[in-house]
Amino acid sequence: MGKTFKKPEALSDTHTHYCPGCTHGVIHRLVAETIDELGIRGRTVGIAPVGCAVLAYNYFNFDFQEAAHGRAPAMATGIKRVRPDLMVFTYQGDGDLASIGMGEIIHAANRGEKFTTIFVNNAIYGMTGGQMAPTTMPDQRTSTSPFGRKVDEVGMPIKMAELLAALQTPAYISRQTVIKPKYINKAKKSIKQAFTYQLENKCFSLVEVVSTCPTNWGMTPVQAVEWTEKTLLAYYQPGDYKVPA
Amino acid sequence: MAKVLMKGNEAIGEAAIRAGCLNYFAYPITPQSEVAEYLVRRMPEVGGVFLQGESEVAVGYMIFGAAGAGERVFTTSSSPGISLMSEAISYIAAAQCPAVFVNIMRGGPGLGGILPSQADYLQATKGIGHGDCRLLVMAPASVQEAVEMVMKAFPLAEKYRNPVMILGDGLIGQMMEPVEFPDHLKTEATNKDAWATNGMDHRNSKTRNLVKSLFLDPVQLNDNNLVLKAKYDRMRAEEVMSESYHTDCDYKGLIVSYGTMSRVCRTAVDMLKAEGIDVGMVRPPDGFSVSRKGRCRGSDEAVVHPCAEHRDEHGPDGRGC
Ligand SMILES: Cc1ncc(C[n+]2csc(CCOP(=O)(O)OP(=O)(O)O)c2C)c(N)n1
Ligand code: SF4
Ligand SMILES: [Mg+2]
Repeated sequence: MGKTFKKPEALSDTHTHYCPGCTHGVIHRLVAETIDELGIRGRTVGIAPVGCAVLAYNYFNFDFQEAAHGRAPAMATGIKRVRPDLMVFTYQGDGDLASIGMGEIIHAANRGEKFTTIFVNNAIYGMTGGQMAPTTMPDQRTSTSPFGRKVDEVGMPIKMAELLAALQTPAYISRQTVIKPKYINKAKKSIKQAFTYQLENKCFSLVEVVSTCPTNWGMTPVQAVEWTEKTLLAYYQPGDYKVPA
Repeated sequence: MAKVLMKGNEAIGEAAIRAGCLNYFAYPITPQSEVAEYLVRRMPEVGGVFLQGESEVAVGYMIFGAAGAGERVFTTSSSPGISLMSEAISYIAAAQCPAVFVNIMRGGPGLGGILPSQADYLQATKGIGHGDCRLLVMAPASVQEAVEMVMKAFPLAEKYRNPVMILGDGLIGQMMEPVEFPDHLKTEATNKDAWATNGMDHRNSKTRNLVKSLFLDPVQLNDNNLVLKAKYDRMRAEEVMSESYHTDCDYKGLIVSYGTMSRVCRTAVDMLKAEGIDVGMVRPPDGFSVSRKGRCRGSDEAVVHPCAEHRDEHGPDGRGC
């Protein structure tokens, strides 16, 4: 009998530094499975963000570049424009993509750059110790919103999938989550779809993955899953927001 | 090749193509926008890439991405834009990727003005980006020199795996002069497969490449800085250029100037000479070789009075950087 479950070739054989209950690891696996299944490992270049996934290149096993905070879409643009035959993806957190890198992601999407973005939205700055992000929920406590996010002072959390889907340029924009097996299968389908559009040279593609950060949310992994399902998914609703014609 | 009359900015764009650089990313800013306006037509003719980015910040990283993937790439900008690119320049230097940046300087600080200026000397030679990073800098005094320096810049960037800057100004960019393009670019083959993220299949390799600047382990960070320092020392030792004018006499004073100003000063030296006053001139075309100690390496060991302040962090031996 053959093996039915094994480590994807696109993942390195190593331990990650992610906290217990963090969904970064699950998302890495889905990306790696996709790359294996599409047989593109030898021509893929990943771009690591500045955030908890800054060391993603240690966990993936193919060419990788490491960006400055928020600039991954510009780097992906540079690579893809000069080497359209390469498969390029950025892996970015919500502070990285929706705050400091807002300009780069909007313009890359609007130009219809033919790369893929995996956008990990955990509603907080994980790496720097739990500060407020543009995606932090109203009243959510963080180290820089200790009394809860005050929307009259800092506005409502930004819905990136909806915002990017509003651009007129064709794109594939989807939002998924990986907090339970039933969601993981859908997320995998979306990620594979996103890479497939790139493979077909069709459009820019982005999958927002609503994620957990139990460490900085001050929750157990189980509480984090419950809070994500009840609070985050009510605001960040999963689904395909834009599909190319 | 016959001489052609060309505007500096256009000649710079053409020189890059003749140097085999077919990838250009930029953001408009006076007085260098003609480079983009020239290349948007010219790049498609040679099968090259032209892209107007959304900001100089983004362009800096487009350059980083393309350079990391092992392709020849360059951008042009002017002073405020170079400030925005300096973050990326630090990352590119740290990750040891070759790339060429052209600064067609204008007056500053701040928004300054759009007329030519030479005010970014310290930024280019000592203060670009954060951390211990250095550029190779070349400052042309004519459109012809700009062409030659641009063509030289690519192999130099590849030889050292380091960003190279052409430090021109609005005069170089806007002036029309007869230029002659060298026919062939002599390039030593460099092994990009050893480091570039050009795809494992592409280089027939089973090992992946990383382009990165993060070294969380302080020992590794120190090691990377020592590698860079050794490289910067090698650049100083091997690439310093220097030119003297009217220094083989008993001169009363010596002018140090670079770029277009050296051309103005050369005329001043001639005029003074006609009046019977001997003044010499030294010019570091690389913007590197004059130190605070007032010695210009490669020329005679005269004590000079630099017309710009030169900080020298490399000790009393008079070595500039
Ligand atoms: C220019 C710059 N500004 C700030 C930082 C500090 N910094 C590192 S990671 C980070 C936030 C990351 O948060 P996010 O993108 O949400 O990723 P997560 O850690 O939550 O996965 C910040 C502000 C930096 N490295 N560079
Ligand atoms: S700090 Fe948060 S995002 Fe970072 S690894 Fe831990 S749980 Fe994951
Ligand atoms: Mg985050």
